[in-house]
Amino acid sequence: MIKQTFDAVIVGAGGAGLRAAVELAGRKIAVITKLYPTRSHTGAAQGGIAAPLGNMEEDHWEWYMFDTVKGGDYLVDQDATEAMCRESVEIVFELEHWGLPFDRTPDGLIAQRRFGGHTRNFGEGPVRRACHAADRTGHMILQTLYQQCIKHDVTFFNEYQVLDLLVEDGVCAGVVAYHIDSGELHTFHAKAVLFAVGGFGRIYKITSNGHALTGEGVAAAWRRGLPLMDMEFYQFHPTGVYKLGILLSEAARGEGAVFVNDKGERFMERYSPTLKDLAPRDICSRCVYQEIREGRGIGGKDYVYLDFRHLGHDILEKKLPDITEFVRVYQGLDPAKELVPIQPTAHYAMGGIPTTINAEVITDERNAPMPGFYAAGECACVSVHGANRLGTNSLMDILVFGRRAGQHMAQYLKQTEPVLVGAGHNPDSDVRERLERILSRTEGESAARIRAELQQMMMDKVSVFRTETGLREARAELRSLKERYARVKIDDHGRRFNTDLLEALELGALLDLADATIASCLHRTESRGGHFREDYPRRDDANWLKHVLIYRREDGNHEFRHKPVVITRFQPMERKY
Amino acid sequence: MGTRFRIKRFNPERDAVPHWEEYDVPVEPTDRVLDGLHHIKWYIDGTLALRRSCGHGICGSDAMMINGRNHLACKILMKDVGRTVTVEPIRGLRVIKDLVVDMEPFFEKYRSVLPYLITHDEPPEKERLQSPEDRARFDDTTKCILCAACTTACPIYWADGEYVGPAAIVNAHRFIFDSRDEGTEERLEILAERSGAFKCRTTFNCTDACPRGIDVTRAIQDVKRAILFRKV
Repeated sequence: MIKQTFDAVIVGAGGAGLRAAVELAGRKIAVITKLYPTRSHTGAAQGGIAAPLGNMEEDHWEWYMFDTVKGGDYLVDQDATEAMCRESVEIVFELEHWGLPFDRTPDGLIAQRRFGGHTRNFGEGPVRRACHAADRTGHMILQTLYQQCIKHDVTFFNEYQVLDLLVEDGVCAGVVAYHIDSGELHTFHAKAVLFAVGGFGRIYKITSNGHALTGEGVAAAWRRGLPLMDMEFYQFHPTGVYKLGILLSEAARGEGAVFVNDKGERFMERYSPTLKDLAPRDICSRCVYQEIREGRGIGGKDYVYLDFRHLGHDILEKKLPDITEFVRVYQGLDPAKELVPIQPTAHYAMGGIPTTINAEVITDERNAPMPGFYAAGECACVSVHGANRLGTNSLMDILVFGRRAGQHMAQYLKQTEPVLVGAGHNPDSDVRERLERILSRTEGESAARIRAELQQMMMDKVSVFRTETGLREARAELRSLKERYARVKIDDHGRRFNTDLLEALELGALLDLADATIASCLHRTESRGGHFREDYPRRDDANWLKHVLIYRREDGNHEFRHKPVVITRFQPMERKY
Repeated sequence: MGTRFRIKRFNPERDAVPHWEEYDVPVEPTDRVLDGLHHIKWYIDGTLALRRSCGHGICGSDAMMINGRNHLACKILMKDVGRTVTVEPIRGLRVIKDLVVDMEPFFEKYRSVLPYLITHDEPPEKERLQSPEDRARFDDTTKCILCAACTTACPIYWADGEYVGPAAIVNAHRFIFDSRDEGTEERLEILAERSGAFKCRTTFNCTDACPRGIDVTRAIQDVKRAILFRKV
């Protein structure tokens, strides 16, 4: 066991982790990532980052806040959302000052485009709010933040997989990480730990998420007795590349692309008369599936088209070059001339580790924090996305709450003494045992087959439309997959760069997070945002205008608790677009 | 369609030298080479080591040499590689295991060119202004995903590990030609050194290898000119 001590440890090197690192630069900190920082999935974000700069038309943070609250089907905490929307302008200018190459207006200002669910004057019509760098805005954010970390000489531990959280008497004291290159376990002792570990889209078969997004950090927190919040809300992005799930940005529709069904009909006009193809993602994804169910999928199959043809080559090459290339490479089509087959793709977890608006992880419905433990970004649930995230808001979330995490951690470090760990026990013994069990097993089943079955099952029974029957079946199937996982076997028994072992460990996290998701879906007997129950098709504010915390008990059973939604400016109303 | 994969394998825990292994893989013409490698890893031989994450050419994890040329395994389809495909690690960096190489020397070169915006004045309250024309000057080099396909396709880099390499120059270019940046002098000093831009012999391997379509050789030429004429 190798032991290292830092003031603070940041786990994850996407936007949230790197933004926090910039804030804490100069202190003794370490950023630990399972990849290299520039491989993080922030880099896959395409279309833009919202801020009411008003560079192209009038805009206000109150409008932005209203859209975010309504987009989240009123399950968002409005104190956190107000903070995000107010700070958004400053965050974008800060990125520009750090060199982010935003596209520009003819006057040299940051250019902005339309995006789903973002409106002027409380829902009147689309507004240009998304600041962009072509369709690689996330790539530019990730690069810019990494550049700032290099400038400030931040210490990185690349290709270390964090597998456990150190907790002493209810206080967070560090993490245990597996060094992929050497196979060694390292314990990182720290006064403060930030989880900025991203999402876990790999619980689904069709997903926009990278292979690395398997949720070990979130699962580790859950296994340590912390709750997860709003896990039933998983966003399906309506425009994934058919069969592959690769994201085709909402910026496509922001620039004018439209959905088309088998009859050549622009069907969103029927469902959403005001915003049409720029309705929020939960609505668009349901509409796509509705068309397919009613036999208007292309050739009766399970996809529809996205039509870019009227945009022309110039707009595509200039404003949407990356997605134009994805269509060309992976589908062999020219979007300037041909219709593009798309299907909804698992994209974003609204739920996650619950936090305060300063990113402190909370342990219960009364917001009691676990001292020293922070979470920000997709892995966290603060909650600014509520039941459905608006496009672009993942990027603002990671920056605002990454920064807030860094600021709060800086204060906390000043006031706090290091926690002593390890009196009477080895802090890494749980992890070591878990690794040895898998490494020493010679008979059993491969992780790949169990994972494939899990992903298919989640796709079939826990995606856009959900029913009690389907969810119960999913729960039973998950139980049997977990039993099979207890006998998981790998081929690679070496120490060096053993990704066979790593994938087996990742599967353990996927199974736990699928478990939390299924149970939370069964628990919420209403439809709201991304959670649509066919047997309870209406929103039910009287019973369900509340967050759900799910705990995993020692015996593997679940416990649910409820947390009130913070409502300040905008009272829940019917959600129409 | 079945395809034969020939993969250069090396596990320093077991092997003294690398060797080739062959696998017959059921893949479709529209599958990515990465899908074939995954099939091997998941259903034939779990000991195969490779890096990958996003699967669509954005994260830069899976640069490797495929049929003798550098590609991202997730951005080249089976129909473009034929019925037998050879896969090797990218060259010029130490092999850790199979297709995984030590990226540290590559990132060290990247860091050496001061890859961050350098300014001397306090920033304005709002954004700095930049015309669309000024923004366009360095657009191409902002696309770099640091996959190392260019640097490890460069014969100069293979022969001389001191050479800063195409990727680092691309990232210097991204700032040198940014109208907001004030670090040009420092960067040009660094790139004028023996290990800098003039090592380049314009073989265009880097441009051919770039999975993002960056005109790498041209960016290097731009930088050479900037050094010679001290003008950007």
